[in-house]
Amino acid sequence: MAAKTPLLKAENVGIQFGGLKALSGATMELHQGELIGLIGPNGAGKTTLFNLLTGVYVPTEGRIMLGGETLNGLPPYKITRKGISRTFQNIRLFGELSVLDNVKVAYHAHARHSMLSSIFRLPSHFRGEQEMEEKAIEFLNIFQLDSVKHEKAKNLPYGQQRRLEIARALAAQPKVLLLDEPAAGMNPQETKELMKLIAFIREWFALTILLIEHDMSLVMGICERIYVLDHGQLIAEGTPEQVRSNPKVIEAYLGEEVS
Amino acid sequence: MATWKRTRGFWGSVILAFAFFAVVEWLIASGMLNIFYVNTLFFMAINVMLAASLHLIIGITGQFSIGHAGFFAVGAYASAIMTMKLQLPFAVGVLTAGVAAMLAGLIIGVPSLRLKGDYLAIATLGFGEIVRIALLNIDYVGGASGMTVTHMTTWPWVFACLLVTLLVIANFTNSTHGRACISIREDEIAADAMGINTTYYKVAAFVIGAFFAGIAGALYAHHFYIIQPSNFGFLKSFDILIFVVLGGLGSLSGSVIAAVLLTIVSTFLQNYPETRMIIYSLVLIFVMLYRPTGLMGTKELSSLWKWRKTEGGVNHGGKNTVA
Repeated sequence: MAAKTPLLKAENVGIQFGGLKALSGATMELHQGELIGLIGPNGAGKTTLFNLLTGVYVPTEGRIMLGGETLNGLPPYKITRKGISRTFQNIRLFGELSVLDNVKVAYHAHARHSMLSSIFRLPSHFRGEQEMEEKAIEFLNIFQLDSVKHEKAKNLPYGQQRRLEIARALAAQPKVLLLDEPAAGMNPQETKELMKLIAFIREWFALTILLIEHDMSLVMGICERIYVLDHGQLIAEGTPEQVRSNPKVIEAYLGEEVS
Repeated sequence: MATWKRTRGFWGSVILAFAFFAVVEWLIASGMLNIFYVNTLFFMAINVMLAASLHLIIGITGQFSIGHAGFFAVGAYASAIMTMKLQLPFAVGVLTAGVAAMLAGLIIGVPSLRLKGDYLAIATLGFGEIVRIALLNIDYVGGASGMTVTHMTTWPWVFACLLVTLLVIANFTNSTHGRACISIREDEIAADAMGINTTYYKVAAFVIGAFFAGIAGALYAHHFYIIQPSNFGFLKSFDILIFVVLGGLGSLSGSVIAAVLLTIVSTFLQNYPETRMIIYSLVLIFVMLYRPTGLMGTKELSSLWKWRKTEGGVNHGGKNTVA
C-alpha cells in the first residue's frame, strides 16, 4: 500500500540546544495513508521531533520534506498551510472562545474574505463567514461536539477537550496529522473509542497520521509501523511484532522508569 | 432577508446612534448644553476612541502595549501641522493624523511585536517617551511650549469619528480576522500551529489601533487650542490603559463604559483639586477589588439582552448609546 515517494520525510534531522543534543540523526518516512506510531521513554525526544516537523523549532541538522518540498526554516503557520497539522500533549485550546470558534480559527487559512470586506461588511464577508460556519459544524458533527458548540472551550470536560483538539487540527485541512499523546489521561474505555475515531477519520479524510503514545498496547494495536526513540536517537523501526522483539527496544523500556 | 436578519442589530444601533447625534446637535445649537458640558462630551468621545483602539491591541490581541499616548501625540501633531503650518482643511488633518499614527504603529510594531508580555510593555513605553522627547526638541512644532491650534473640532466631526472607530473595531472583532487575533491572545503557539500568521495579525491590530488613536489626537488638538508634549506623557498612556483594564479585558463595551464613567468622575473631581487623584485612585482600587475582571469581564453589552439568541449578527448593539 505504500506509495513510491514518501509524503513526509525526515532526513537525519537533529537539534541542539546549546550543548544539549535533544535529537540527532532521526530519519523517518511517512507514506500516503499510513498510520505510524512514535514511541519511547520519557524525555526521549518524541515531542521535540514533533516540534521540528511543525516548525516550532528549526532543525540544526538534516532536512524535512513534505511531498518533495523542503520545510526547513518555514514558520509553523506556513507548514500548517502546506498540510501538517497537530495536536498538543498538554491541551492548547483557545479557552475563552466557543467550541465552534475554536474550529473556525483553524479554518481561517482557507477563508477567502479579506480584512477590508469584514470591516465594511461587504457581501463576501457574510458568504465567507457562512461557509466557515457550515464547515466548522461538519467537523463538530463528526466528533459529536455539535451539542456543545456554544460552550467556551475551557468549560468542556477533559475527554471532549481532547476530541475538540483533534477536530480543530482537522479543520486546518492537513495531509499529515500529528497527534501528541491523544489518549493521555483517558480511561481504557475512552481510549478505545478514541482509537476507533482515529481509524475512522483516517479513512474518511484519507489522512496520514503520526501518533505519539505511551500506551504500548494501544500503539501496537493500530499502527502499521512504529518508530522507537530513546535518548534523542531512533533506535528501532518496523512492524509492531518486529519492534516488540527488538532487544534494543526492550532494553530502552526496561532500563528506564515506568513511563 | 437573511442579510437583514444578520444586520438587524447593527442597523438598530446605527439608528439609535443617529438619534443620539441629532438630540445632542439640537441641544448644542439651541444653546441648552453649555460649553462645559460640550467640552466634557468631546473629551469623553476622545477617551472612548482611545480606549476602543487600545482595547483592540490589549483586550483582543493580548499584546500589552502601554505607549498608546505616543500614537495619540503623533496624530495630534500631524494634524496640527497640516492645518496650522500648511493651511490645509481639517478633513486632511484628521486623515493625515490617522495615517501618520498608522505608520508610527507599523514602524514600532514590526520590530517590537516579536517581544512578549513585560518586554513588549517596556518597549512600547519607551516608544511613547521617545515621541514625547522628540516633540519636545523639535522647534518646528514649538518644542516645550507646544503649538497653538485653531478650534475646528465640532460635534458632527466628533460623532462621525467615534462612530467609525467603534464600527470598524466591532466589525473587525466579529469576523474571522478578529477571531484570529483572539486566538493569539488565548494561545499564540496553538494559533501559529493552526495556520494563523500571528505576526501579521499582531501588527494589523497594532496598526488599526494606532490609526484610531491618531484620529483621536486630531480631534483633541483642534479642540483644546494648544498641544504640548507634556499632554502626551506616559501618564496619559496609563489613563487609557486604565479604561481598558477597568472595563474588562476583551470587552469593547466595557472599555467604552469605563472611558465614559472615568471621564465623568475625573471631570467632577476637578472641583476638588487637592483630593482629586486620591479619590480617583480609590475608585480604581474599589472597582478592582469588587470586579477583578473589570466592569464587563469579557462580555459585551449586547450579550446582556441578546442572551437568549445564541446566534447574533453584528455584536454591536448599544455601544453608541452610551457614548
